[in-house]
Amino acid sequence: MSLQRCTEADLAAFRSARIDEMSVARRVARVKSRSLKADTKDRLLRLAVSMVDLTTLEGMDTPDRVRALCHKASRPLAEQPDLPSTAAVCVYPAMVPAAREALGTSSPVGLASVATGFPSGQLALGQRLSEVRWAIDHGATEIDMVISRGRLLTGDWGWVFDEIAATREACGPVVLKVIFETGELGSLETIAGVSQLAIAAGADFIKTSTGKISPAATMPVTFVMLDVIREHYLKTGRMVGMKPAGGIRTAKQALQYLVLVAETLGADWLTNERFRFGASSLLNDLLRQLIRRQEGTYPSPRRISVD
Amino acid sequence: MTMTQDDRPTLKIAGAIEFSPAPEGHPVDIRPHQGHFIDGMFVEGAEEGRFQTIDPATARPLATVAAATAQEIDAAVKAARKAQQGVWGRMSGAERGKFLYRIARRLQERAREFAVLETMDNGKPIRETRDVDVPLAAQHFFYYAGWADKLGYAVPGRTPHPVGVAAQVIPWNFPLLMLSWKIAPALACGNTVVLKPSETTPLSAMRFAQILQEVGLPPGVVNLVNGPGATGALLVGHEGVDKVAFTGSTGVGRHIMRTVAGTKKKLTLELGGKSAHIVYRDAALTQAVEGVIDGIFFNQGHVCCAGSRLLLEASIADEFVERLKIRMQSLRIGNPLDKNTDVGAINSAAQLQRIQHYMDIAEQEGAGIWQGAACPAPSEGFFHLPTLLTGVQQSDTVVREEIFGPVLTVLTFRTPEEAVAKANDSEYGLAAGVWTEKTAKLFGTAHALNAGVVWANGYNLFDPASPFGGVRHSGFGREGGIAGLWPYLEAR
Repeated sequence: MSLQRCTEADLAAFRSARIDEMSVARRVARVKSRSLKADTKDRLLRLAVSMVDLTTLEGMDTPDRVRALCHKASRPLAEQPDLPSTAAVCVYPAMVPAAREALGTSSPVGLASVATGFPSGQLALGQRLSEVRWAIDHGATEIDMVISRGRLLTGDWGWVFDEIAATREACGPVVLKVIFETGELGSLETIAGVSQLAIAAGADFIKTSTGKISPAATMPVTFVMLDVIREHYLKTGRMVGMKPAGGIRTAKQALQYLVLVAETLGADWLTNERFRFGASSLLNDLLRQLIRRQEGTYPSPRRISVD
Repeated sequence: MTMTQDDRPTLKIAGAIEFSPAPEGHPVDIRPHQGHFIDGMFVEGAEEGRFQTIDPATARPLATVAAATAQEIDAAVKAARKAQQGVWGRMSGAERGKFLYRIARRLQERAREFAVLETMDNGKPIRETRDVDVPLAAQHFFYYAGWADKLGYAVPGRTPHPVGVAAQVIPWNFPLLMLSWKIAPALACGNTVVLKPSETTPLSAMRFAQILQEVGLPPGVVNLVNGPGATGALLVGHEGVDKVAFTGSTGVGRHIMRTVAGTKKKLTLELGGKSAHIVYRDAALTQAVEGVIDGIFFNQGHVCCAGSRLLLEASIADEFVERLKIRMQSLRIGNPLDKNTDVGAINSAAQLQRIQHYMDIAEQEGAGIWQGAACPAPSEGFFHLPTLLTGVQQSDTVVREEIFGPVLTVLTFRTPEEAVAKANDSEYGLAAGVWTEKTAKLFGTAHALNAGVVWANGYNLFDPASPFGGVRHSGFGREGGIAGLWPYLEAR
């Protein structure tokens, strides 16, 4: 894949995104007031399970911890084999070989690796790109990169474009998700602008956060990013995916996100090819609510494995 | 209904999620026969002239309601006079405030019941009655409760006195909220009230009278008489009335003004509108789409200040209309008691007919008609799909006259001057909206608009502290805020 390019005029356009924050808050409040019942709830809970990028990103991660994650992702609830597996597991590069070994070569579960100096991105570009290649060589099928927020906030948008384009090239056909760390960007307008920039530079998914700082994913931020995806699709026909990550812990939150996606982008985005949740504890709440829907009462916490 | 089909990417918004029904289940008992509330007592009223109020979502009757006779209206006005002179006008402001606070709290405590009742009688979505109508009604009582003992600050250097007995006639589009806009400032200032609710939506007002009994409001301070327009005419023309406040159509407003002319009665009118909603190309466009949607489809467009004339800068017009259509496809039309309903029922068969009449005119005038929602409209009851009229011009009937339904006319402009000229080219002057991220343009436009209310980067935002009212054929006098006190005060 050839390197994407952009002009000064493109950068100027990205930087002039206009968002009215109060109106966004009102829109989100309205989405949150949707009431999901019965069949709708069942369907969306199962869909949400299939959209989880089950994540562990800790200094204390070990191959065994990652194996646990892979087992859980493949079969979220042993008693219900017809439940979908999660979309992917998401781990540090050093854990990719262990995850690949645990998943095998024919698993439907994707193997996402954070890379490019996650979570800060504060490494030389060459090292960050070699990290990407290393992860892919060892079996990663998806790369979650971080952008250089410092460069962005000092106005060097061209640099950020180039680092994404370079990572895109390093990824080849592997799915590229671009993490903005929106909690560090300050305004919805910057988030809208960098969403346009990342999509132009070749992102397959745009992703809110590393999960390492607060606030992580929020609905206003997600709405603004979905809106950029929509405009790009309406202009070019290319469908870019969205991944809110961090802070989504309950099934109720997840369903509110799905309504937001449905009302902004429609049915074509209600699939794990275009929408993911970066989460760890969310999965168990989804399972709990699914059992609650099936049996009428909440299950004992011990019925669902901790990880 | 034709859309140009080409290869452009399209979004599958409508039906992306099939919503299971989510009805609001709070039970509400409705007394099958309703009369009036006079001198602190519920009275049955006459059998002659009794009429039905229906649930517009099903067209089934909810209750029969008596039409007040001249004697009953006279009794109500006399009760109000006696209460004003004997109790309410003499009470200290702080004591009056206590009653208003009690009313506000009681409204909050019974909010769900009022929301359900209002939705059944009016047809508006439960989401709106629950989140807007009822909470705002309570807020108005809280707000004016605070003024009751501080009226001197509303007329600095002079002494405030009550006007006396207020005759108030309110419309069907926000029954409880309009009641609170009328009653709260009147009572805060020491006046007493005879109020006539609309004949298609009397139920929330009659239930409100229960609250008045619960809080121990002295008899006669608030009286409610039911009936059609003729009842309102009797009330407004009664010689025992000192002040008339009316919200409704411009035609009826004219009639009332003639009736009141030459009398000592003070008058405020809040009438119709054909409000302009201007979107510049440098607006936050996605949010502007949302504002335009809120502006016209809130309460099925049954809002006197509805932003029914969209003025788009020509360079963004096509794209903006496409975005409106996309957003409209996520609007759920249907059972107003369902928590997911965005667009409820039209209040009456007569109003639906009126809207359809304008749709016929639109067709004759060559408008492009586009209708859309997330789901089909129910087959029973009175429903009208959210509608865009494109290709219309300033001279067209549908652009000049108030339709009072979920119908948006779309026009374009080339320069800010043209936007202002077109916006002001109306007999009405109730409200307007302006969308731009450029502050100087925003203020320049807002100050040039001839309208009582101008919203900047938002629409249909209400607060009890903010005055509301129109100019020209949209009426005069303000409700809300400090200005809302003045029509109910005699400052000497």
